[in-house]
Amino acid sequence: MKSKMNMSKKLLIFWGILAVLIILAAIFAPALTGGADPTTGKLVDALQAPNSEHIFGTDKLGRDIFTRVIYGARASLTATFTVVIIIFVIGTFLGVIAGYFGGIVDTIIMRIADMMIAFPGLVLAIAVAGILGASIRNAIIAVAVVSWTKYARLARSLVMKIRNREYVAAAVVTGSKTPNMLLRYMLPNALPTMVITAATDIGGMMLELAGLSFLGFGAQAPTPEWGLMLNEGRAFIQNAPWLMIYPGLAIFIVVVVFNLLGDSLRDVLDPRDE
Amino acid sequence: MSKKQLGIRLLQMIIVLIGISFLTFILTYLAPGDPVRAMYTANGIMPTEEVLNAAREEMGLNKPLMVQYVNWLTSCLRGDFGDSYAYGKPVITLLLTRLWPTLKLTLASTVLMLIVSIPFGVLSAVYKNKWIDYVVRGMTFFGVSLPNFWVGLMLMLFFCVRMGILPVVSSSGDFKSMVLPAVTLAFAMSAKYTRQVRAAVLDELNQDYVTGAQARGIKGSRILWGNVFPNALLPLITMFGLSVGSLLGGTAVVEVIFSYPGLGNLAVSAITAYDYPLIQAYVLWIAVIYMVINLIVDLSYIYVDPRIRESR
Repeated sequence: MKSKMNMSKKLLIFWGILAVLIILAAIFAPALTGGADPTTGKLVDALQAPNSEHIFGTDKLGRDIFTRVIYGARASLTATFTVVIIIFVIGTFLGVIAGYFGGIVDTIIMRIADMMIAFPGLVLAIAVAGILGASIRNAIIAVAVVSWTKYARLARSLVMKIRNREYVAAAVVTGSKTPNMLLRYMLPNALPTMVITAATDIGGMMLELAGLSFLGFGAQAPTPEWGLMLNEGRAFIQNAPWLMIYPGLAIFIVVVVFNLLGDSLRDVLDPRDE
Repeated sequence: MSKKQLGIRLLQMIIVLIGISFLTFILTYLAPGDPVRAMYTANGIMPTEEVLNAAREEMGLNKPLMVQYVNWLTSCLRGDFGDSYAYGKPVITLLLTRLWPTLKLTLASTVLMLIVSIPFGVLSAVYKNKWIDYVVRGMTFFGVSLPNFWVGLMLMLFFCVRMGILPVVSSSGDFKSMVLPAVTLAFAMSAKYTRQVRAAVLDELNQDYVTGAQARGIKGSRILWGNVFPNALLPLITMFGLSVGSLLGGTAVVEVIFSYPGLGNLAVSAITAYDYPLIQAYVLWIAVIYMVINLIVDLSYIYVDPRIRESR
């Protein structure tokens, strides 16, 4: 049993280091790419297959794909972390409030959540992103609008589990103020599960944002963003497949690392599972 | 589900539907850009201010918000979703022609998903922590981490461009053109669903009655298919409903990749063209279809679970 704990901790550290490396690559993109510009290129270099100078090849404007893939990590990671933080904060806040107060507050919050859940998958996100206009900011809003409900439901159910415990009633009777109750009893109780959920959601959110950018409702040219790069590369599927292979691999690798990081975090924090 | 529960459920559905319709309406109401201007420019006309005002008057767009909403909703209920700005045709006919291809695609990928995920999920639960379980879990991990639009593009690169055995553009909507979109959609869904099948079957395998049956010497396969699987079915049906729902939403991306003539493709082009009536109708339709699926799922419990059937 003890060795299993150590094993999952080691895994967590391993995937954590990889995740930090990815974040560092995004931060130090200029150094990694030798100062190349991700948004401009020489037209004479257009559509070169991967070679020693451009290891991932170049696109139709002669931009180096390797440079754009590395810079793309910036757009993807910032957008993804923003979304996860927004839905984590809003969802947890509304869920804790709904669970603690119950009654009409609960009904209103949960019926709104029901309405959001009635839209399957990306449909509402596509509509929101499309109607607000295409930009990364609006794609973030769109995904957040659709995704907070999961956190609200979870936080609510966690709070409701302890809401009627005696120690909670005792705290209320002995005069604990409501904000104090929420912050000292309800929130800490919900937090571990919420953090695990957020960590395991990073990969999925990244895929959704890339999907919106792929459809043209997220990042706009000439921003280096993986989903957008795939969309731009699509027209050249016949003669320049490297335009699609590398951005897709980048998404895949980053999503795998963050998914495994989330899973190992869950194993460490919540050993009840398995 | 008793008659009373069913009634409450239907009532809730109606309330949520009203909310959804309001949300859809407000979404396009708040949208930047002028729908009247968009309608004219979509047809290649640069309108003057007088023309725009007259059109607003005629379309009732200068009435108060709630009046507009009620008007819109009542005509929706009569099946009139207005005319598309870009196509100039009634939205309802546009949607109807695109509905069948999308449903066909959803159905095909659902069937594929079930064929893949039920055997693999059950196998990996029964042989938990054996090599076959590790293989299946590894595969599902890949499945959930790959962007489905990238999978689609890679399949297209391999089967259409390199091998040339399937069409690059699936605009005809026939069987051959459906293969790759359906496989792409089924790919990610199968990965998720296999995990759920595994978890549900494992849950049941850990029940005391399984140990009891084994102790009495009943054959393993009989316990599995006679007791464990039917019992695991209930949570699986719920998740199946959710999967079909996210398939409906997920078709848009895949339809765009393969130029498949479905609802999602229509919606994406409608959004790019600011074709508000079409967007409203699409969002509303998908939401209604999804709710109906969920209702059917709930009703199916009556047939799957004898406890619910008898408490009726």
